[in-house]
Amino acid sequence: MFESLSSKLEKAIKTLKGQGRITDINVAETVKEIRKALIDADVNYKIAKQFTDNVKAKAMGEDVINSISPGQLMVKIVNDELVAHLGGDKQDINLSGSPAIILMSGLQGSGKTTFSGKLAGYLKSKGLTVMLAACDVYRPAAIEQLRVVAEQIKVPVHLDTETKDPVKIANDAVQKAKEIGIKVLIIDTAGRLAVDTEMMNEISRLKSSLNPSEILFVVDAMTGQDAVNTAKAFNDVLNFDGVVLTKMDGDTRGGAALSIKSVVNKPIKFIGTGEKLDAIDLFYPQRMAQRILGMGDIVTLVERAQNIYDKEEAERLHKKLTQDKFDFEDFLNQIQQIKKMGNIKDLVSMIPGVGKAIKDLDISDDAFKGIEAIIRSMTPQERKNPDIINGSRKKRIAAGSGTELPQVNQLLKQFEDMRKMMRTMNKMQGSGKGMRMPLGR
Amino acid sequence: MAFFGLFSKEKKEKLNQGLEKTKTSLFSKISKALIGKSTVDDSFLDELEEILISSDVGIGTTLKVIERIQQRVARDKYINTSDLHTLLRNEMVNLMEENAIQPSLSKDFTSIGKPYVIMVVGVNGVGKTTTIGKLANLFRNEGKKVVLGAGDTFRAAAVEQLRIWSERSGVGFIAHGMNTDPAAVAFDAVKKGVEEGADVVIIDTAGRLHTKVNLMNELSKIKRVVAKIIPEAPHEVLLVLDASTGQNAFEQARQFTAVTDVNALALTKLDGTAKGGVVIGIADQFKIPVKYIGVGEGIDDLQLFNKTEFIDSLFKS
Repeated sequence: MFESLSSKLEKAIKTLKGQGRITDINVAETVKEIRKALIDADVNYKIAKQFTDNVKAKAMGEDVINSISPGQLMVKIVNDELVAHLGGDKQDINLSGSPAIILMSGLQGSGKTTFSGKLAGYLKSKGLTVMLAACDVYRPAAIEQLRVVAEQIKVPVHLDTETKDPVKIANDAVQKAKEIGIKVLIIDTAGRLAVDTEMMNEISRLKSSLNPSEILFVVDAMTGQDAVNTAKAFNDVLNFDGVVLTKMDGDTRGGAALSIKSVVNKPIKFIGTGEKLDAIDLFYPQRMAQRILGMGDIVTLVERAQNIYDKEEAERLHKKLTQDKFDFEDFLNQIQQIKKMGNIKDLVSMIPGVGKAIKDLDISDDAFKGIEAIIRSMTPQERKNPDIINGSRKKRIAAGSGTELPQVNQLLKQFEDMRKMMRTMNKMQGSGKGMRMPLGR
Repeated sequence: MAFFGLFSKEKKEKLNQGLEKTKTSLFSKISKALIGKSTVDDSFLDELEEILISSDVGIGTTLKVIERIQQRVARDKYINTSDLHTLLRNEMVNLMEENAIQPSLSKDFTSIGKPYVIMVVGVNGVGKTTTIGKLANLFRNEGKKVVLGAGDTFRAAAVEQLRIWSERSGVGFIAHGMNTDPAAVAFDAVKKGVEEGADVVIIDTAGRLHTKVNLMNELSKIKRVVAKIIPEAPHEVLLVLDASTGQNAFEQARQFTAVTDVNALALTKLDGTAKGGVVIGIADQFKIPVKYIGVGEGIDDLQLFNKTEFIDSLFKS
């Protein structure tokens, strides 16, 4: 345990001395990893690259605090940028007009019909009167599907199996909605490919004929790289108002959300979270960012570190280090800092790559107890000046801390090694150029 | 640079002609500087990486392909553009090659007794029912007797949807209605198939996300029940994947294979701009052949999968 502590300390010192700020070099590897993570999450290749480059440029020169690495901080910054980017200008759906008309659009199988039902149920639960209109005249039984859905949520539905003209069906539905005083009319449409000109013209006609207050683009959260093309093509034709991400109850990382947001800059308004008709939720950028990045553990680690970080303490420590005055008092403080960050096992397992390896390992939170006990059994004088600790003092310390002499010796030896290492580093820093001293300003 | 001298003028001309032909493809962008070098230059590899990843091939498979290209180039040297094209295509075809035999519709039935049972699985909205409709038509056109089992008893109007397809192609149809036990539907469909001497029985199932344990277990049950009538059945468990799906398709393949031993893939919606490159990695990792591709909404828009054509399509913009 001592070893891991000293390596932690070493890392902290490294942070203080050489990597106090985000630079091109010290985050290069991390940026690559982040980019990979984004691509693995189905964020478009170009957008992943753009996004990480932009964030990196923004993060350059940012101060890195004690006990985290520049790379870890970088992950946190990317996460925050993701949240900001995905969230952006939050907008509710526009329900102006009487009736307010919501037009659904999207590829085949994205979940338009199911979502139409969910949205109708959602609005109904808000006390609005809602009607559905079945304008998918192509897929076998699509009209029947919407009828059944409408029945399940108990809202009226307009359908017409006599005509193959969706524009006529939709306009009839508007008429009917007006007659019976419906507040919101949701138009379900056929799934279509963006390259299908004829079908894209059809939905364009629907738009110009209905003048809907809200056009929603429904997209499967599992969509891959092609999300950018599809979203752009639909937006070019429809200039839609919002995006709906469906099938979010699976384990997809949902990078399409970032791709789409980047390409069309339209808010993501709803997500579909299950097959039941009440499985509809508002969009939370925070959750989505963590899901896409898949590095939530590091983000949490950095947040915790930032919370407990004490700048003055770090500067004091740094001064001591450079003056070769690091003593057992400081060491004890460091232990307290690390302990404040939470459960040791949690902490260690948050470091990428380590998590799995120590899953079954039992790391007790008492790991520091022996060390702490030994240090606490030293007199203040001994702590400040370990060199005075002789044989009889050692015996007293061992007895006082309830440990054995060899343990005290080991601690003293390792502490001495650590100091030697620091001295060497100080010397290196004195002679080497280009080493930053961020906190020595 | 020393290698440059080894190229005759004639060879260079030939090469230029070759470049002409592929002007619109990736290969036009490979600079002539490549010739005679024992490594492929970075800009080519960057380009290749972008094309593959943008086709949903995924990072793992992309790096594998790039690594193999680098190795081959290092070994063979003096590579020209068309060689590189062939090399690249071969490497990628090889990834899918282990998948044994190219599927042949008629072959499936000679060695196996009647009826040949196909169970169709996949997540929601990938096009299972539509694929079954087209498959039924394909078999029907070959003169096969087909029975469809409406095992999606969950999604609204799914039974009705399959019934309409069965009428379009004039094949047999078994349904118990909505919200009934899908295993019972499957059982009856196979039973009917046996009794009436059908060649093929195709069982539809409800779309389900592979993360839903109970629903996944339901699939195993359907499979077990079918095996009570014909021990080898279902002979084919066809996982339908949407070409626009990204890396999540891997998880889909993994989970569906775990519960139903998927042994064939169908890739749908390839008529859009999505390339469906994720199946390369899936075929490589799980050793499951892609059998069919869906290229439209019409009843005839189902084709047998062709590896080479598929891979070439990744490089067309």
